Amino acid sequence: MEDALTVSRLQFAFTVTYHYLFPMLTMGLALLIFVLKSVYMRGRNDLYNRAARFWGKIFAVTFVFGVVTGIPLEFQFGTNWAAFSAFTGDIIAQTLAMEGAFAFFLESAFVGLFLFGERRFGQRLHWFSSLMVFLGTWASGYFIITTNAWMQNPVGYRVLENGNIELNDYWAVLLNPWMFAQYAHNMGGAVVCGAFVMAGLGAFYVLSGRHVEYGRIFLKVGVIAGALSSLWMLFPTGHFSSDQVAEHQPVALAAMEGHFQTDREADLVFIGQPDMEKMEIDNPIVLPGGLSILLYGPAGGEVKGLEGFPEKNWPDNIPLLYYSYHVMVGLGTFFIGIMFLAAFMLWRGWLYTFRPMLWVLMLAIPFPFIANTAGWLTAELGRQPWLAYGLMRTSEGVSPLVSSGNVLFTLIGFAGVYLIMGLLYIVLMVREVGHGPEGEHETLENTENLTA
Amino acid sequence: MDTFWFIAVALMITLYVLLDGFDLGAGTIHLFAAKNEQERRTILRAIGPVWDGNEVWLIAGGGTLFFAFPILYASSFSGFYLPLIIVLWLLIIRGLSIELRGHINDPLWASFWDGMFFIGSTLLAIFFGAALGNVVRGVPLDEDGYFFQPLWTDFSPFSEPSGILDWYTVLMGLLALTTLVVHGANYIAVKTENRLNARSRRISRFAWVALVVLTVLGTIATFWVSPWMLESFGARPYGYVLPLVAVAGLIGMIVFNVRERDREAFLASSAYIVGMLTSTVFAVYPRVLPAVNPENSLTITNAAASDYGQAVGLIWWSIGMVLAVVYFVVIYRLFRGKVRLEDEGY
Ligand code: HDD
Ligand code: HEM
Ligand code: HEM
Repeated sequence: MEDALTVSRLQFAFTVTYHYLFPMLTMGLALLIFVLKSVYMRGRNDLYNRAARFWGKIFAVTFVFGVVTGIPLEFQFGTNWAAFSAFTGDIIAQTLAMEGAFAFFLESAFVGLFLFGERRFGQRLHWFSSLMVFLGTWASGYFIITTNAWMQNPVGYRVLENGNIELNDYWAVLLNPWMFAQYAHNMGGAVVCGAFVMAGLGAFYVLSGRHVEYGRIFLKVGVIAGALSSLWMLFPTGHFSSDQVAEHQPVALAAMEGHFQTDREADLVFIGQPDMEKMEIDNPIVLPGGLSILLYGPAGGEVKGLEGFPEKNWPDNIPLLYYSYHVMVGLGTFFIGIMFLAAFMLWRGWLYTFRPMLWVLMLAIPFPFIANTAGWLTAELGRQPWLAYGLMRTSEGVSPLVSSGNVLFTLIGFAGVYLIMGLLYIVLMVREVGHGPEGEHETLENTENLTA
Repeated sequence: MDTFWFIAVALMITLYVLLDGFDLGAGTIHLFAAKNEQERRTILRAIGPVWDGNEVWLIAGGGTLFFAFPILYASSFSGFYLPLIIVLWLLIIRGLSIELRGHINDPLWASFWDGMFFIGSTLLAIFFGAALGNVVRGVPLDEDGYFFQPLWTDFSPFSEPSGILDWYTVLMGLLALTTLVVHGANYIAVKTENRLNARSRRISRFAWVALVVLTVLGTIATFWVSPWMLESFGARPYGYVLPLVAVAGLIGMIVFNVRERDREAFLASSAYIVGMLTSTVFAVYPRVLPAVNPENSLTITNAAASDYGQAVGLIWWSIGMVLAVVYFVVIYRLFRGKVRLEDEGY
């Protein structure tokens, strides 16, 4: 905790991880709300409209938390990572500024319209605004992922005589090859999140016998979306992501997989604890030769282990990186399992009455959040010790004159504010869920009577 | 090209102050303007659909600043470390207070968020003013273009090192607060009826008196602290138009207020804000961050992004801004007129 670098890293990691808890839900829900609203527009079944409105309320609260926790991030590049901002600003600020110009304006305009405009402006505009909200949140995902993709895999720049870099190919940055897999994977993760929350809440309503007809809708939509998106996370996107890491960041891959010695028949580790002193995995359960086959097909191939790389290029927290990656992949496998089982039951018509499955779905709500967070930990820890891969080390990017004491103060402040916000969010969600999809009339009438 | 981006960033920040300014002002006055639950909610409804969009101008302006002048972004954001983070906390508190208040129907809950809305908005207005004051006074940049300022030292703008808060920057903060109070009151007057409308108008009138005093004091203090501010006007006399716009706005506010023409009064306070900000920016140009030691000042040239970057930026930026303006016009038109509570949203 002594140096400003460590504290700044902690602060960034904490604030961005916290922030992302909200967008992963809003981006997923934005798609599902659009689906609900579209179903309503076709069949004019009012249940679906109410359902869309109900999720709109959940979306609204989550969105606010996403907005207010997002603003600090945009500023922290300057406050805590001034050297990094000065060095890479010519490139990454392009995409960050484009996010503001194209995504945030769009979102803010149409979220207002979506939340306040249904009664005044009618169904068609309401449907349209749900579409625009979906596109807006997904566009913002695109720009932020493109920014991150550049840090993972810098492209489209040239090095000047004085060692600085500048942008020289705009489209190369926007169409960074790294971005495609990352975007597809990450947005899939958001849909997984939205789908589990929707299905889990549906299960809760059905189990507790309240709002049962809505509970069934939530279950149906959530399980279908959940099954599709869970599979999507493994194949093709998860697979492509790991290929990409193997190609561009082989040292990160070795660390993620807990792969210490270079080997032609590298094992795939399922379970085990990396032992950094002895450079091996304790209590291993492995698939012999599995890693080589995954990366190079049945013929296999040599996979370089950590020892094959100079230690100064190793990610600096290998155990955490290893665990994050295994938690993500482990949960991903688990998601596929339960969602396909649930989808099968839905198809056979057993789902709404088979209580154990409903319990599982309900209790699974937190896990996509954990998986998404673990995914980001994997990506960001794997990128270490680089801030922009191969170009700038994390230790070089920190603000030169900001002292550790100041950063510690603000870190503690953020921790306090965010702790309270977390509690508030939970209180609000519990109330919203308590009111249920029909609750809106209750609250509206109450407020109408509240004249002074 | 550098000049273009200087103007573009200044424009976006001005728009931010103009738009978010009225909801900040509304936050400061709502405790006094609204006397009961209905009126409180009316005020919140008047800004509900638009405040987030207004705030996006800050994010987009910050983003544009970052991309057009990366060095300025790095230097100023790290130099103003503490106050900026405090501003972030205030933005969080304020955003939550606007949005969460209506989700639980309980008088204590509502009062709590009313208080937060007031505190957040008021302090933000002061901080923004103080920030501008710092730019005008100059900051202790070193040869590498970095600085770090403590929150305060001995509160004198002439001592070395000077803090972020000294009597000059605090004066600027109060000026900003008063400006936004008038501006916010004018907006609320436009959007409401009856007693709320009358009270907002009265607040606007009282605050106007303070505004005149502070404007005069602030102008004198500025030229005392930073005499070089006059140079730009001397070199390019057409710049005198800008302070004239501010003065016209100042007069217009009270004239229209007395005649109960709320819309025009709101336009007048907008003109005042535009006039004041553009005069300042005009005087600072071509510096972007004046240093205490003038040799270290950041200017539009030594802080700028690459030519290529600025050129491609011009294309997407123009498209983005046209789109943004279209959204704003559409949204403000859709939600135009006086706020009535019957058509409550979610
Ligand atoms: C892939 C998705 C994703 C990721 C990785 C991030 N965000 Fe985010 N962010 C969103 C997806 C998103 C979102 C879903 O689009 C939000 C939620 C609410 C909103 O307005 O947009 C958002 C909000 C949001 C806002 C508020 C916008 C507003 O006022 O409307 C800012 C300033 C940022 N983000 C900035 C960042 C930065 C600097 C990040 C990286 C470090 C970041 N976000 C990670
Ligand atoms: C555009 C997107 C992103 C950018 C530009 C970005 C940038 C950064 C920067 C500058 C740091 C600090 C330096 C470092 O320690 O590496 C960092 C660290 C980190 N980020 Fe990201 N980040 C992005 C997205 C995310 C997201 C969405 C998450 C998680 C939800 C995340 C998780 C982390 C974590 C956990 C660290 C700490 C790693 C460490 O300190 O070792 N990042 N990132
Ligand atoms: C089941 C198989 C999965 C595999 C093989 C897989 C693989 C990967 C890989 C290789 C990365 C890239 C790490 C890096 O960039 O350094 C990654 C990142 C990530 N994963 Fe997964 N993943 C899986 C499941 C999931 C699930 C279920 C979720 C969430 C619901 C998820 C969310 C993420 C996120 C948010 C990131 C960071 C953003 C990104 O780089 O795309 N992953 N994943």
